[in-house]
Amino acid sequence: MPVSEIPVSDLPVSDLPAPCAIDIRIIEGDFDPAAETAALCAGRTDIGALVTFTGLCRDEQGALAALELEHYPGMAEAEIARVAEAATHRWPLLGVRIIHRYGKLMPGERIVLVMTASSHRANAFAAADFIMDFLKNRAPFWKKEHKPDGTAKDWVDAKEIDEHALKRWDQAT
Amino acid sequence: MKLVYFAWVRERIGLAEEERELPPELATIADVITWLRQQGEPYEHAFGGAGTIRAALDKTHAKPNAAIAGVREIAFFPPMTGG
Repeated sequence: MPVSEIPVSDLPVSDLPAPCAIDIRIIEGDFDPAAETAALCAGRTDIGALVTFTGLCRDEQGALAALELEHYPGMAEAEIARVAEAATHRWPLLGVRIIHRYGKLMPGERIVLVMTASSHRANAFAAADFIMDFLKNRAPFWKKEHKPDGTAKDWVDAKEIDEHALKRWDQAT
Repeated sequence: MKLVYFAWVRERIGLAEEERELPPELATIADVITWLRQQGEPYEHAFGGAGTIRAALDKTHAKPNAAIAGVREIAFFPPMTGG
């Protein structure tokens, strides 16, 4: 049977509503991290730490011409929301904003944005790290690599290391 | 039942989605896969070939032994590679 159980640690789930605003967008076009920062912080004086992670399309030392990202509409938003909500129940966050792009992306282009706001930096750093770890393993996106010669187009394999990265959240607080 | 496929599962089958009458005796995701493998070479290639497949029921991750009763949409796809 080639079907696998989802080997990732089960996401900690809470029935409580998220204690802070969560903004999630799945878009084809680019985003502007500075504009997102301004929007998240607008009118706020309680935020003491804002962590912004931006994932970029890298060229793999010239071996990659483009990435094509396929996603499962509806489920992508829902899964990222579950991950974000889990983070808000684990750390005292004041805001979460996540953007994930799909479609064809060239090296140097932005792929994903995760922003976490909190009173203090430790919580914001940890929450952003947690969100990226779970997002990579649970959000239904698939990358296909386009090679510079235009011929080979291969689906990227999921990395073992990403699944192992989740296990550290079982113990960590 | 609406079946949807992504990434190389979609490419091997040659369809992004399809509507299928599933035999009533199919109870779990694993049962559906066993049945799909008998639906022609592309399905055998997708579900019996190399690579790990995961599934979702109504857009929620599900394990192979999950019951499909009452479900409207089953998705099959490789392990995710987003982020």
